[in-house]
Amino acid sequence: MNEKVSKFAAGSGAAPTGAAQSRVPAEVRDLTKTYGAVTAVDRISFTLVEGTTVALLGGNGAGKTTTIAMLLGLVVPSSGEVRVFGEDVSRHRGRVAHRMNFQSPYVDLPARLTVKQNLTVYAGLYGIANAAERIAYIAQDLQIAPLLDRATGKLSAGQKTRVGLAKALLNAPDLLLLDEPTASLDPDTADWIRHKLKNYAETRGATLLIASHNMAEVERLADRVILLDQGRIIEDETPAALIATYGRETLEEVFLDVVRGRARGESDRAERERKAS
Amino acid sequence: MSTARDRTEGAVPIVLVPTGLGASLRRIGALLERYMFLLRSSGIRLVELLYWPFLQMLTWGFLQTYLAQTNSPVAQAAGVLIGSVLLWDILFRSKIGFSTTFIEEMWARNLGNLLISPLRPFELVVALALWSVIRLSVSMIPVAFAAYLIFGFNLLDLGLSLAAFFAVLVLTSWSLGLISAGVILRYGLGAEELAWSLAFLLLPICCVYYPVSVLPDWLQPIALALPPTHVFEGMRAILLEHRFDANDLWWALGLNVVYLVIGYVVFGRFLASARVNGTLLQLGE
Repeated sequence: MNEKVSKFAAGSGAAPTGAAQSRVPAEVRDLTKTYGAVTAVDRISFTLVEGTTVALLGGNGAGKTTTIAMLLGLVVPSSGEVRVFGEDVSRHRGRVAHRMNFQSPYVDLPARLTVKQNLTVYAGLYGIANAAERIAYIAQDLQIAPLLDRATGKLSAGQKTRVGLAKALLNAPDLLLLDEPTASLDPDTADWIRHKLKNYAETRGATLLIASHNMAEVERLADRVILLDQGRIIEDETPAALIATYGRETLEEVFLDVVRGRARGESDRAERERKAS
Repeated sequence: MSTARDRTEGAVPIVLVPTGLGASLRRIGALLERYMFLLRSSGIRLVELLYWPFLQMLTWGFLQTYLAQTNSPVAQAAGVLIGSVLLWDILFRSKIGFSTTFIEEMWARNLGNLLISPLRPFELVVALALWSVIRLSVSMIPVAFAAYLIFGFNLLDLGLSLAAFFAVLVLTSWSLGLISAGVILRYGLGAEELAWSLAFLLLPICCVYYPVSVLPDWLQPIALALPPTHVFEGMRAILLEHRFDANDLWWALGLNVVYLVIGYVVFGRFLASARVNGTLLQLGE
C-alpha cells in the first residue's frame, strides 16, 4: 500500500501569510504525529477544496481524530505542516479560529447550563454580535427551540447531538470539522442530522471534513474519501471511483477490503475464494 | 467594527473582528457569564462557598474568646487569631476558586470546545482570576460581617492595609492556581489533588498563626521569600504593636510579580506540552 498525495491539491505554492487569508480551507503537508514509539499519523498530505465535503475513513487507531485535532490546533504535529485558510494553526490559530468550528459526541457542552446559556456563552466566545437572533434561528432550524431552557445534561443523545451541532454552526463556519457526528444515534435521527449537514454545506458553500465509521453517511455526504490505515493515506478518491476501483458495490465493502489488508484488484479474487470455500 | 459575511442561509451571524482588546474583553466576559450561569444553577454551590469559611471563623473565634480569658497579653490582643483565619481564607479560597473553576471545564469535558474557539489562553487565565475574586467576595464578605457580629472583630480595623493585604494574597493565589492548572492540563485529572493541596504547602511556612521568628534560622529566608508571610507579619504588627511597615508590603507585591510571571510561564509550558503529548484529546474522559 502506497502513501498517496492528494490529486485534489490546489497547487503547491506557499500559503499566503498576509492579512488576506487564503481561500483554501486546509492544506496538510507531510503531516506526522508520533507519541513515543507510536506513529499515529504518518506523513500524510491533502488539501481541502472550498465547498467540498471530505470524509476521513479508517478503522480504530487509523489516525482520524489525531488528524482533526491537528487541524484544530489541539495537537501539535511532530513534523509537517497544517495550514487553515493559509495560516499555520500551530502558531496562528487565533487568526482563523472564528472561521472554523467542531462537533464531536466525545466533547460535551457543560451539563448544568441550559442549552440557551451554553449557546449564549459560545456566541460570546465566537464574537457573534447578533447572538439572540442567531440562536433563535439555529434553534428553529435544528428543532431545539423547545429545549432551550432545559439543562444540557438532561437531554437524550439525539438532542445533545443537535445541540452540539447548533454550537458548531453558531458562527456559520467556513470550515466545519466533525468527528463521528452521528455516533450512537438511531437511524432516523442520524439521517436527519446528515440532511442538515448536507443542507448547510450547500447553502453556505462551506467545507466539511468528517471523520466517520459510518459508510452510509460517507456515501451520502462526501464528495471525496480519504482512507487512512495505520496513520497513512492509502486512498484519496471520490466514493464512486473507490467502489469502481475495488470492484465492489458499496463503500463498506471497500472499507473492509482496506482494513483487512486487501489491495486493489485482490478483492475479486478474495471474494471468489471465500465463495469457493 | 463588524463584518457580515456573504451567505444565503437565514439569520446570518454578524461575526465581530476577533483581534484586539475589545475582542479579548468580549471573550473574557463570555467566560465570566458562563461561570455566573454555573453558580446560579445550584444553590448548593452558593451555600458551599459560605459553609467552610464560616465554620473556620466560628472555631477560631471561639478559641480566641477562650484565650482572651487567660492572662497572656498576646492572646488577649484583639482578633489576632480571627484575623489570621480570615486572611488565610482569602488566600486559600481565591486559590480554590481559580483551580476549581478550571477543573470544572475538565469535569464537564468542555475544555476541548473552549480551546478550539477563538479564546486565547491568557484570556482564560484572566477570566479565571477575575472569577476567583468574585467568588471570594461572595464567600468572604458575609463571613467577615458575621465575625464582626459574633466576636466583635472588625476586619476593617486593619484600615487601608487591608486592601494591600488582600491584593498580595489574591496575587499569590493566582500564581498557585496557574501552576495547578498547568499541571492538571499536562497530567490530567489524576493530578487534581494538587489543586486542593498546593496552598496548604504554604500554611506552615508563611507563618499564618505565629511570627517568623518561631521558625528555624534556615527556614526564615524561605518564609520571607513568600509574599503571604509579609501579610501575616504585617497584620500582627498592626494588631499587636499598632505599626504598619509599608516597605514590607511593597516587597511582598514585588515578589508576587515574580511568582505571577513564573506561574504564567509554567502554565504556558504545560499547555504547550499537553498539545505536544495529545493529552488535550483525553481530558475529562
